Amino acid sequence: MTENQTERKAWMGLLARAPEGRVAELIDAHALNQTMSHLRPPEIGSVMVQGRAGGTGAAFNLGEMTVTRCTLRLDCSTVGHGHVQGRRKADAEAAALVDALMQTDAADRVRDTVLDVLEEEERLRRATRAAKAAATKVDFFTMVRGED
Amino acid sequence: MYVAVKGGERAIENAHAWLAEERRGDPSIDELSVAQIREQLSLAVNRVMAEGSLFDPDLAALAIKQARGDLIEAIFLIRAYRTTLPRFGSSEPIETSDMQCDRRISATFKDVPGGQILGPTFDYTHRLIDFKLAADGEIPDAAEVPTDPEPVPHVTGFLNKEGLIEEALDDEEAPRDLTREPLELPADRALRLQALTRADEGFTLGMAYSTQRGYARNHAFVGELRIGTVPVEMDIPELGFAIEIGEITVTECESVNQFKGSKTERPQFTRGYGLVFGQTERKAISMALVDRALRWEELGEDFVGAPAQDAEFVLYHGDNIQATGFLEHIKLPHYVDFQSELELVRKLRREAGASQVQEAAE
Repeated sequence: MTENQTERKAWMGLLARAPEGRVAELIDAHALNQTMSHLRPPEIGSVMVQGRAGGTGAAFNLGEMTVTRCTLRLDCSTVGHGHVQGRRKADAEAAALVDALMQTDAADRVRDTVLDVLEEEERLRRATRAAKAAATKVDFFTMVRGED
Repeated sequence: MYVAVKGGERAIENAHAWLAEERRGDPSIDELSVAQIREQLSLAVNRVMAEGSLFDPDLAALAIKQARGDLIEAIFLIRAYRTTLPRFGSSEPIETSDMQCDRRISATFKDVPGGQILGPTFDYTHRLIDFKLAADGEIPDAAEVPTDPEPVPHVTGFLNKEGLIEEALDDEEAPRDLTREPLELPADRALRLQALTRADEGFTLGMAYSTQRGYARNHAFVGELRIGTVPVEMDIPELGFAIEIGEITVTECESVNQFKGSKTERPQFTRGYGLVFGQTERKAISMALVDRALRWEELGEDFVGAPAQDAEFVLYHGDNIQATGFLEHIKLPHYVDFQSELELVRKLRREAGASQVQEAAE
């Protein structure tokens, strides 16, 4: 995978995990004024999630999850893809728009106003949860039974 | 001869209107929102997602509302909805070793790297009704201990290092999918795990309990139980690489079982595996025990006739939608079937009566 692909993979994941409505909130008005056309209008479907027996063994089908995807093209013919969890057409469209803009001159601004914010919010969400989990960490100790 | 029933449209319509009214209950009481169900009845939502076999908390919450809290009815709604969705593809297998754990405990090892994390558990509560909940009580804040993320490796890995436990190796095969082809026996482990993860919780629990009580005795320890979120990755053909398409909560249980060895295997610990959508630990532990019992053949153990060892019995009776569909259909009109039964019984009685009269005459 090239460096560009690794970067793109990272922001697409971030967009997929963002809370409902958040990406659209962060995109500024200028970006929303972009004229664009749908190559694939927002579409709801499912993805079969796989697990592995024993965590590391043979793959098996765990069950499906809902996913919404969208592909659009900016006037400059840059193509953006969006995949988000759940049934969220507006969010899939917003994700595709950000993906497209990140491949244009607007990338720096979009990184500052959208991706960096999402990243920080996600980091905070996870840190809070991890801190609550850490507060429930126990040290069980076995009692001396008096055999010695 | 089967004759369909006709009529009853108005009665059916009225019954459904009344159902809607009863679902709402007393209109002077606030109506439940779907978000309230999703947030405050989250374990019911998790069960509906697991057995409905579709991860979508909002949809599961809506189904629970529509079903008036009847979880099997809600699961039925989810299964029906699922069939209307186009399938975009299959994910990469999720990596549970990368889980961000809310909970992670081991009953076999006291000191595990990453620690024993209780998480938001009912364990160690006194199971006394808490009347404060009825009184609009204040919720105490959960304590926080800022922490650096540290890896939480699978517990069975430690036993693997000594060669004391069987390894779970990837066979690189595409798993069979019982949502695409009918469940046919013999079922390999992948297919059994798919059937078990969506099987009825009560059924799976009963089966697992039977193994503990001595039917296909397999003394199981919970080697590890973990609950948390894992990313889901899928290959996107248009991109030419895999991306994360979301994050799901799952519960994973690895059981560790004594194994005295067999003709083909040396004495070592063996494993059962449970992996279920959502925070669903009773189901995940049950699944691991039943998975282990069903593995008797590949481990060279004897079939002792226990129900939990019988793949046909377990896999064909664990699905609550199939079961309830067949069970509940017998309450629908069977007038013609029954009419013929009635005729048959009358005829048999006439014949029996005639022969008695004849015997008496002789």
